[in-house]
Amino acid sequence: MLLASLLIASFVIFGALYLAPGNPISALSGGRALPASAMHVLEQRYHLNQPFLTQYWYWLDNALHGNLGLSITLQENVSSVIGARIWTTAGLVLYAALIILVIGIGSGIFAALRPGLADTSVLVSTAVSAAVPSFVAAIVLVLVFSVKLGWFPALGNGAGFWSSVQHFTLPAVALAFSSIAIVSRVTRAAVREEFDREHVQTAISRGIPSRLLVRRHILRNAAIPIATVSGITVASLIAVAAVVETAFSLNGLGAYLVQAAESKDLAVVQGISLVLVAAFVLINALVDVLYAVLDPRVSLGSRAQ
Amino acid sequence: MRTASLLRGTGVAGMISAAVILAATILAIIGPFVAPYSPVLPNLNMTWVGPVGAHLLGFDFAGRDVLSRLMAGAQSSMLGPLAVVAGAMALGTVIAVVAAWRQGLADTVISSGLDILFAFPGILLAVLAAAVFGAGLTAASVALAIAYMPYVARVLRGAALKERGQPYVAALEVQGSSATSICLRHIVPNMLPLIVAQATIMFGWAMVDLAAISFLGLGVQPPAPNWGVMISENQPGILQGYPLPALSAGLCIVGVVIAFNVLGERLFQQAQAQQTRLQQPQVPQAQVRQRQAVAR
Repeated sequence: MLLASLLIASFVIFGALYLAPGNPISALSGGRALPASAMHVLEQRYHLNQPFLTQYWYWLDNALHGNLGLSITLQENVSSVIGARIWTTAGLVLYAALIILVIGIGSGIFAALRPGLADTSVLVSTAVSAAVPSFVAAIVLVLVFSVKLGWFPALGNGAGFWSSVQHFTLPAVALAFSSIAIVSRVTRAAVREEFDREHVQTAISRGIPSRLLVRRHILRNAAIPIATVSGITVASLIAVAAVVETAFSLNGLGAYLVQAAESKDLAVVQGISLVLVAAFVLINALVDVLYAVLDPRVSLGSRAQ
Repeated sequence: MRTASLLRGTGVAGMISAAVILAATILAIIGPFVAPYSPVLPNLNMTWVGPVGAHLLGFDFAGRDVLSRLMAGAQSSMLGPLAVVAGAMALGTVIAVVAAWRQGLADTVISSGLDILFAFPGILLAVLAAAVFGAGLTAASVALAIAYMPYVARVLRGAALKERGQPYVAALEVQGSSATSICLRHIVPNMLPLIVAQATIMFGWAMVDLAAISFLGLGVQPPAPNWGVMISENQPGILQGYPLPALSAGLCIVGVVIAFNVLGERLFQQAQAQQTRLQQPQVPQAQVRQRQAVAR
């Protein structure tokens, strides 16, 4: 299933850009007229005279060997461009994932166990934060924390570990902002549901201390929906990272994908899309594995519903 | 009226949200005509000038009246999501009903096709579409509609399957009604509350994603007014101390999206309550009314 989706996804990515209007040779030559011999050499080199499926096969074969072609605007290997930028995107997504897990799950549990004012305030603030797009969060964060307070830098990657952490904090919070709300709400609902179950009520009546009760009886069961929603939201960050990278001028994969789409640098668009879709599919597969670990009743291979 | 009965159960928050949505819709229709100043003509003498007199929100980076630009921009900001939602709902409903009606092989093929489509995040598909067809609202809307379709189809397929198992469907089949007529005249209308709820929630997503695509420069092209475009072009103002143009556009997006989220959530709860009622053993209508009367 995993391989099948990756294969079909790669086919869609290649096929969509194959259909793109415009002659690939004129894109390579920058619109200049070329002598017939040069055209012939280019056709040979890029297999442009072969049928579609053969071209796809060449591309896939090369991609599997780590060769994603040449960027027309940068005159550089797409794989080395990706290699140079992938850690920015990965770091950003991981940092945001950490924020989502800690604050989202934390506030969800807090709201579920303390009905009343705490619960209501978490509910209201998540209703608002769920509606804040990452780029709106970005401008507000920059306005408050770098322009007014001067705590964090507004733009760029930073050099060295500590400076990178500083540079990535605002982008990661912007990326995480609306997802925190989703994870928090699902966590709250899951913990509430477990709390009302019979075995928990029995445990309460037996006088089991609340710390143990929460950890052993509630969270153990609530972990399954929480893990599922966390995995899905973290996977969805991969695409949204493009927006945040652009807003903060980080040189990650997504920002470069957008530039490549604007300049019609198709090899780069294909390469980066392939990497992003693969990462997306892999995270979703990992969630399925995690699901089986958390719930012994689920056997691997059957999909989580 | 149907709409009134749908809204009644959504509470105060739902009513307020519906009012916000109505206001945004009216603005989207009349905004470009009632905007007091030109939303596109630049006036470089007024660059980054704050609120003065009749210009309540001041001027943007090109010296255009921010309020006029917000009003005129409501049109593309609301029309884009509307197209996305209409497309995704139409495609998703047809696919869900076909899968539930035919079952067997058709259902298996459709379900695995949907699983593969899930591998494409909406924004990524829209960027791909922009690379192929060029930047613009149309390409982005079509791409998002395709990316959202599996979410619609998955939810509605479950509901359609439940509906398919109802005794009235078997009765209509025995009477010789055609599959198309049963689906169009009975199954789809019965799923309408769920469809409306799903469409409402999806409108919020579409608004965020389309604004993000315009922010990236791949959607609505400046100088055309649009809330996403306004944030991107006025972003330098944040660092230079003129945050109002970008912030006010952001606030418009957030306000409308909150309204759609809240209303959609309430409608979803209602629709789901109706769905669970379907699963319970059939009770004659008269008895149900009696019970409701007692409960009140």
